[in-house]
This record gives sequence, C-alpha cells and structure tokens, in this order.
Amino acid sequence: MRRPGKTIAEKLLSRSAGADLRAGDLAICAPHVAMGTDGSIPMALDYLQRMQPEGAVLPPPAHADRVVFALDHYGPGSGERSLALQERARRYGRAHGVRVFEAGEGIGHQLMMERGLVLPGQLAVGADSHAVAYGALNAFGTGIGSSDFAGILQCGQLWLKVPATLRIVLAGRLAPHVSAKDVALALARRIGADGASYLALEFAGPGLAALDMDDRMVLANMSVEMGAKAGLFPFDECAAAYLLGRAAGAGEPTAADPDAGYAGAVELDLASVIPQVALPHRVDQVVDLAAAPATRVDMVYLGTCTGGRTKDFREALEVLREGGGVAPGVRLVVTPASGMVRDELAAAGLLAEFEALGAEIQPPGCGACCGTCGSIPAAGTNVVSTANRNFKGRMGNREAQIFLASPRACAASAVRGRLAEPGALP
Amino acid sequence: MMVLAGRARILGDDINTDYLISSSRKKESLDPQVLRHYLLEDLDPAFAGSVMDGDILVAGRNFGCGSAMEVAVTVVLGAGIRAVVAKSFSRTYWRNAVNNGLLAIVADTSGIEEGQRLEVHLAGSRPELRVMTEPARTVPCEPLPPFMLALREAGGLVPYLRRHRTLA
Repeated sequence: MRRPGKTIAEKLLSRSAGADLRAGDLAICAPHVAMGTDGSIPMALDYLQRMQPEGAVLPPPAHADRVVFALDHYGPGSGERSLALQERARRYGRAHGVRVFEAGEGIGHQLMMERGLVLPGQLAVGADSHAVAYGALNAFGTGIGSSDFAGILQCGQLWLKVPATLRIVLAGRLAPHVSAKDVALALARRIGADGASYLALEFAGPGLAALDMDDRMVLANMSVEMGAKAGLFPFDECAAAYLLGRAAGAGEPTAADPDAGYAGAVELDLASVIPQVALPHRVDQVVDLAAAPATRVDMVYLGTCTGGRTKDFREALEVLREGGGVAPGVRLVVTPASGMVRDELAAAGLLAEFEALGAEIQPPGCGACCGTCGSIPAAGTNVVSTANRNFKGRMGNREAQIFLASPRACAASAVRGRLAEPGALP
Repeated sequence: MMVLAGRARILGDDINTDYLISSSRKKESLDPQVLRHYLLEDLDPAFAGSVMDGDILVAGRNFGCGSAMEVAVTVVLGAGIRAVVAKSFSRTYWRNAVNNGLLAIVADTSGIEEGQRLEVHLAGSRPELRVMTEPARTVPCEPLPPFMLALREAGGLVPYLRRHRTLA
C-alpha cells in the first residue's frame, strides 16, 4: 500500500536531511543558510569555543558562505557592553568571510528576504525566533538557539524533529482598513499562544491569491506567536515576482502532496476579519478593536520584522493624513525594517512626511521592539505597536503597557490619542 | 540512575523568555552568574533572591514561549536550577534546554504546590517525578526520544560536538 503524501514541512526537511522523513522523525539537517544576530552570535561564539579541544583557537565556520550575520539588535545608544558583544560578532564574521550586515542596515529577517538570501525549498534557520518569516518564500524558516548556531558553525548541521502540520485554509479577501496583521492577531486569538506548539503552519486556500508578499511575511512571522515551528506558504507567481531581481536563482519550490496528512485544519474567511488588538501582556489576548477598553495612547511604534515594511508605513501614513496628524502628547516612532525600506520611504517623500508630523525616525533595525535600543517607552505609558510581542517589559520598561495592532490601527490611535479603529476616521 | 531533589517553585502558563530574563539585561552581560539576579524580575522582582540551589521550576503550559534567546536557559542553570517540569514547552526553549543539559520534563503539573519536596528520577528515556511531601505520589512523565537521550547523556550539545565533531 502506498504511504500517504507529504506536507511542505515533511518534504523540505526530508530534502535537507537527505532522507525520507515524516512528522515525528528526527532529522539531522544541513541548513542552506543560517542567520545570526548580535543578540545571539556572541553566545554562539562562546559555545563554539567550548566545542573545541582545550587551548584550541576559535575555528572558522564550516561553511562561511552559508552563514549570515546581521547586527540588528544593538545600536549606538545600547551601551558599551552591548557594543562590545556586537563587536565580537563583527570581528569573527569579518575575519572569516561571513556576510555581515552592519548595525543600521536593518533587521536580519528582512535583509534575508529582500536581498534574496533565502530561496524557495530551502531550510533557512535563524538564531532568532522570527526566522519563521522565511516561510513566506516557501522556505522552512525556523528559530534556533545560540548553541544550535554554534553547532552549524562547527559542522554545518542541525537536529530538528519533523513537525506535524496544521493547515490554515484561507478564503475571500480582506475588507478595507483590514491588514494581514489583523489576520495574524485573529489567528492567535482563535488558536492561542501554544495552539500550534511543535507544529508547522501551512497556509492554503483560495484566499492566498489576495495576499501579497508583505501580507504573507506578516503571517509567517507571527506564526511563532502561536508556538509554530514554521509558517509555510506555497510558491506561486506572487513569490516568483518578489524574488525576481533579488535572488540569483529560483530555488526548488515545493508543494504539499494532495493526499498529505495533517494534524488539523483551521478555516478562515479573510472577508470576515475586522480590526483586532492584542491587549497587554499576551499576544493571544486579542479583542475586536471596536470593543477594546477606552485607552489613552502615549506612544505609537511603527516598525519591527512584523510591521516595518514600506507597505506598513504607507498604510499608516494614509490614515495619519486623513486624520490630520498626530494628537498632541503622542510620541510617534518610525523604525524602518531595513535601509532599503527607508530609502523607498525617502524616495517617495514619505519619510519627510513622517518627519513633518513630528515622528522620531530611528535607524533601521530591531529598534525598541525588545528594549535593546531605540526609543524605550516611559513608565506608566501605553504603547500601540505594529510589533509581534507585548509581554510585560518587552520594550525595556515593565511599567509600560503594550498593545499590538495593524499599522492603520496604530496610526488611527496616534490621530485620536487613544485606541481607535482606522475605519472610523476622521 | 540519576535523582534530582529540590523544592517546587510554581509558575503559571506561558512563561515567556523575556520574563525569564529581559532582553535589556542580556545586553549588559551573558554571564549566568550575573544574570541570575534578574531571573523572572518582570514577573516577580523578589523571585531571584528566593531561589535556592536545587529548586525545581514547576510550570503550566507553553513554558519558554517567545524569543529563542538561550540565556533564558543558562540563567536558570546559573541560578542553581537543574530541572523544569511543565505541562508543555515552547519548542525553542525545549531545544535550548536539551542542548544545555537543563532537564526539561513534560508532565501534568496540576496539583503540585509551592515549596513541596520533589524528586526527578532519571533512568533511560523514562523520567519519573515524585512528589515527596505527604500525600506522596508519582507523576508520569513523557519519555525522551533516543537522540535527545544521547545529547542529554553527553551533557548537552557542546560536549556532544566536542567529542563527536559532527551530529551524523
């Protein structure tokens, strides 16, 4: 009897391990590419040293061409200790011919995708949990730790358990004023912060056709907030168009078999999604924005690997324009996800427009998302953010309350000075 | 057979890595002996000072969710905690724990109370959790896959790769 077909996750990990693997199997894989950050590389170098015999020097990476360093977590204002950690990563990378993205060039995940460093069909890991974003490009993107990253530097290998897959079947198209971020929050609300634990998400259904690459990156990126190991999209013309001019090749796009076995399915009509907000301090504590408690807003944060792309800023700016600008007393922070995003905004005059609205423009990078640099919120303040996490203390101050919403909802809240729905303006 | 004995320290569901150690502390130092003073500070600033060597963390679902940062494991080890028992772990925390030799044990932790005496008995792939405080009972735990067992027996990924140089 023929065995049932395979999911995208089973196919990608089988390919990387060179073995016929199914959910539950252990895979010893050779990742095509591994990205580390200044938040994870210094510790990886400590581990790598400890993997060597006594007295041995730090070895070069097993495959320098399969490793990327992105110095994205720390900036000039992060303090001398973090800059010393960053310098260790930079020195090792440069000494061994690793591609190093400098501080200020952008967030590693964004750079991996926009520079064509992740291709369809690959196993592309990151020593940072939001590496799941690469699933938007039909790659098995997943987060690993520093010891795993050290193992990859040492021998080019990584152990992974092949996950079962939860299918997310999308239909319809988004209503006006609704964003992919609302879909991600609606999914977190529905399945919970551990609803996809140990599972891969596989996005499918006719609704995919109405989601552009920016939307897919948001959904893949946020899949880890439901505990997922990966958030995988099929390859289609939309992904092909994105890669054109960015990547050297088209990779090896991979589709699920029609008779693949799934752990379950969640169906969602995109047209039914309305603006959502995650309340402090949980990503899955989500309510309809219209039903959110009346909340004064002190700081609006636009940025991160979830909500810091050009489309996000365009959408926010449209709402800010319509609403007549930022309410008095509201701090608006703009942190582009990459230099390319910042240049696009500048070329279109949008950066100047943000400046004219009094926004603080931060250098591209992780910014204040996890409180490592950038504009840290003050005690007692309420922040509405396009980011992915709202844990207590996440932005560097445990006395701040963080709400997560779409770029449009963040902008509407900036206009009103309180949590507000984008459709309800002016 | 290895036995770990210690006090139960009860935590809830969805303890994320930012709670275990905030990212803004990690930028100051990676030394577990420094970071241990900030263990779980955003949740309970008094927690770190109350930890005794050998304490066992007992949590609910999705322990270690959020960031993949590995200091969230080394800070626990640095505080003298050698085992975490939870209803479930986030996958990144679980793999970081396995790689660092921190025992991450999946068991139904319902009913275990703060300060109770616990013992974790390890024989092969089947751990056993014993609540020693009366009424004493044994809580079944999920077994460990063979490769994980090999990593654990080596003491983690670092000693494993130091010896074997590659994974396969």
